[in-house]
Amino acid sequence: MNSILILLIVGILAGVIGSLLGLGGGMIVTPILTMMMGLDIKYAIGASVISVIATSSGASIAYLKDDMLNLRVAMFLEIATTVGAISGALLAGVFSASVLYVLFGVLLAYSAINMVFKLVKNQKDVVNIANDNLSTKLKLNGSYYDKTTNEQIDYSVTHVPGGFLMMIGAGLASGLLGIGSGAFKVIAMDSIMKMPLKPSSATSNLMMGVTAAASATVYFFSGAIKPEIAAPLAIGVLVGATIGSRIMQHLSSRVIRMIFVPIIIFMGVQMILKGFGINI
Amino acid sequence: MDKETQEMKKIEVIIGQILRIGVVISVGIIAIGIILYLFSGTGGYANNAFPTSIYDIVIGVNQGKPYAFMMLGLLFLIFTPVLRVIVSIYAFAKERDTMYTVITTIVLIILIIAMIIGI
Repeated sequence: MNSILILLIVGILAGVIGSLLGLGGGMIVTPILTMMMGLDIKYAIGASVISVIATSSGASIAYLKDDMLNLRVAMFLEIATTVGAISGALLAGVFSASVLYVLFGVLLAYSAINMVFKLVKNQKDVVNIANDNLSTKLKLNGSYYDKTTNEQIDYSVTHVPGGFLMMIGAGLASGLLGIGSGAFKVIAMDSIMKMPLKPSSATSNLMMGVTAAASATVYFFSGAIKPEIAAPLAIGVLVGATIGSRIMQHLSSRVIRMIFVPIIIFMGVQMILKGFGINI
Repeated sequence: MDKETQEMKKIEVIIGQILRIGVVISVGIIAIGIILYLFSGTGGYANNAFPTSIYDIVIGVNQGKPYAFMMLGLLFLIFTPVLRVIVSIYAFAKERDTMYTVITTIVLIILIIAMIIGI
């Protein structure tokens, strides 16, 4: 009874943060389950994949209804993340995991620092409306309604090849290391493709479910998904994601970025340390 | 609204419904499992084992075993995003958006490959 309650609460927390930022919440679930509840890492990863899927489906219901996410961008970039994930899984034995952790960790930290500069210089999030040939051809440009400013914001997407490449990286990270893919997805859309932060986060949420579903199937049938852990967690996450996806729309991009940056820095440091064999 | 936006809106509504149905079904089944578990105080299997094949899950659900319900609900949850991709193909095709019908089909094929090779 007690542990079910704890898992529900952990789930709600992971769901709120995951859906708010497009991160999936695995980086919250895994450490809590392993360190605080002493669960075997194998089951913790299984449970965290479930929470990624729950966040994705739960949040996307609200984001679709409110026209927050960009469906075409999601579909197009899913090619990159799924190809990346397969390549990552196939290459898993080839590269040393420690080197990869450090590499991806540095990449995260670097992206976070770039965002810090943007925040410190107090740059407003400028909406990109420049015409880009490729994104026009792919019909990627979109529009969303910002509830904080009560404006319909039309935006263009740019640097499609760069974003696509970063998405392959996001897929690789999830295939090789099983973590961090949400963060890279948001960074690819926000920092490279110049999509506004809110649709970036919402779109990342939708995309995460697909890549996670592939690995979850394997975890499920191999017995890495424990019902007494994953089931209450999933319910909690679904509740949390429903709450988070509603809160997000009432926060300004700047506030979301201020929550996003420290978490990304933490994840980056966590990954770098993991590369050196220190688990936090 | 131009034609493109209207088309997108329709597809978004369909996909939103699929996700909602998937989530409601899985939450319902998982909740039954948790309630059964709380009442009986056991998962229904010896040594705290749990079913991992569809066959065992179906048998367990028939016998009213809590863990079997939880696993069935989780399985629905896992397949919801896959179903979302399948339905998107149909939705794009229905709106005669050939480019995105192809793109989404590619995603589904890669996804199936990923599941088969087992990542």
